[in-house]
Amino acid sequence: MSASLKDSFAKTLLGFASSLSVLVIFFIFYFLLKESSLALSQIGGSRFFSDSTWAPELNLAEGQFGLLEMIVATVAVATLALFIAAPIGWFTAVYIHFFCKGAFRIFLHRVTEIVAGLPSVVLGLWGLVVLVPVLLNLRAPGLSVLAGAIVLAIMIIPTIVVSTVSAYQNLNSELTLTSKGLGIGKARFILEIATPLASRGISTGFVLALARAMGETMVVVMVCGNVVQMPESMLDPVRTLTGNIALEMGYAYGSHQSALFLSGFLLLLSVLTVFIAGRLFLKTQEEQFR
Amino acid sequence: MSFRSENILKGLSFISALFFCGIFFLILSTLIYQSGALSFEFLTTVSSEAGRAGGILEVINSSFLILAICLGVSVPLSIATAVFLAVFSEKNPLVHNVISTALDTLAATPSIVFGLFGYSFFVIYLGFGFSILAGGLTLAFMVLPFLIRIFEEGISENYRQFKLAGASLGLSRTAQVRRIILPLSTNTISAGLVLGIGRALSETAALLFTSGYLLRMPESVMDSGRSMSVHIFDLAMNVPGGNQNAYRTAVVLVIALIVINLTSTFLTRRVLGAKT
Repeated sequence: MSASLKDSFAKTLLGFASSLSVLVIFFIFYFLLKESSLALSQIGGSRFFSDSTWAPELNLAEGQFGLLEMIVATVAVATLALFIAAPIGWFTAVYIHFFCKGAFRIFLHRVTEIVAGLPSVVLGLWGLVVLVPVLLNLRAPGLSVLAGAIVLAIMIIPTIVVSTVSAYQNLNSELTLTSKGLGIGKARFILEIATPLASRGISTGFVLALARAMGETMVVVMVCGNVVQMPESMLDPVRTLTGNIALEMGYAYGSHQSALFLSGFLLLLSVLTVFIAGRLFLKTQEEQFR
Repeated sequence: MSFRSENILKGLSFISALFFCGIFFLILSTLIYQSGALSFEFLTTVSSEAGRAGGILEVINSSFLILAICLGVSVPLSIATAVFLAVFSEKNPLVHNVISTALDTLAATPSIVFGLFGYSFFVIYLGFGFSILAGGLTLAFMVLPFLIRIFEEGISENYRQFKLAGASLGLSRTAQVRRIILPLSTNTISAGLVLGIGRALSETAALLFTSGYLLRMPESVMDSGRSMSVHIFDLAMNVPGGNQNAYRTAVVLVIALIVINLTSTFLTRRVLGAKT
């Protein structure tokens, strides 16, 4: 076989393998929609938003299929987690990049890596046995929005640290020297020059972290209490979309199961929307900057 | 004035970093403290009383099988995709855009959604049932975008360095990939492997309705099998009095992950050291 023929053969073969990752996305959408269709035809799309709560029953007319409370819970837990994690993550990254040298810096990098790799079920277990009893002292049952947000915050801090540090690393190294030459203090350099210039990378990290918190399942199932209700305070137990799927898939069938697939599809869409919105926002910001 | 604000910023950021480390050690020490005496027998005996007593031998076996299927499928596929992107469609922005959008979407997809997909596709549509095979394949698609990203970075770096030399020797691209680029990319590939192992071992939500809950020694990949992460979840949530063994399993899992992480750093450094 000639070399060029071999090359084009290899290219076709590898191209075929590569197309699989594109195909999987279509498969995921197709299978989620396919499984949701039963719920859409038998229950109807509007009831998922107009029904007051989630209490599925075999008799579809008697059951309640409202997702609103769980959507609010998902957003509340994830946003609170981001609010807790963002300052800690940003300050830690500033320390790692601007103030820390030598062995302690390597150590901090290692810790970040290891926390990033901790299984969510292990963090959930820790939250359940250590954090929830502490919150129980504030108000029963301890399993709450706040518990979920704290554990999720620990989970997403590494995402924020890594992206913030790399955003600072990507800055032109001459900036530091120029600023020093102009007699600009380190605090002013960090806050007024480096951070605005790196803001795109930093906010990408925040968006990634938010999307990750919204899609997380195990932590919220273990520490949020799983009560379907509209959260009125941070200490209320709630059930998120992801938690609902994990809890009910085991025994659901028929339209009930199909409704769970539909909620999974909605979850996928909203996580992707956060992603794309983040991208677009960053893009316009970047254009303005130019 | 500027000196003072510098010290405030430094102090605040130092406290944050310390706080973050503190949480990590708090989690680690609670795990170790709560697990009580952890003997080697825990790894080599099977469980009894729904996991409350005994060890986790069958759980470890299932985990390994799931991991093997996941990597067996995802590693070759992602190397192929990475080579395609880096070498064969180096200058084709359309291909890069389409595939990288797909990879971003895959990477953003929540694991529970992968679980739903795996249930619908592998368990029901392809008829695998709740099985280690279905779980492993679901995980394979989940880790795919992360592996492809790492592999592509390393491979395109190597290709950029050696393509002129390779082309001037009259080597076809296929030959360059096989003889030069892949052998040079062993460190990238081992880094990717480690990342894949870490992701696959930590995943729970995608396995709940694909490889299932069954606590039994798997006889084949068509059997349902419980991974370590699912075991922790089940013991903590559904088995009263299962907390201690949940902690022990968590310690085993976390130690395994840390060892894997450190080995990879060591290996990467050695491979890099040998090269220069």
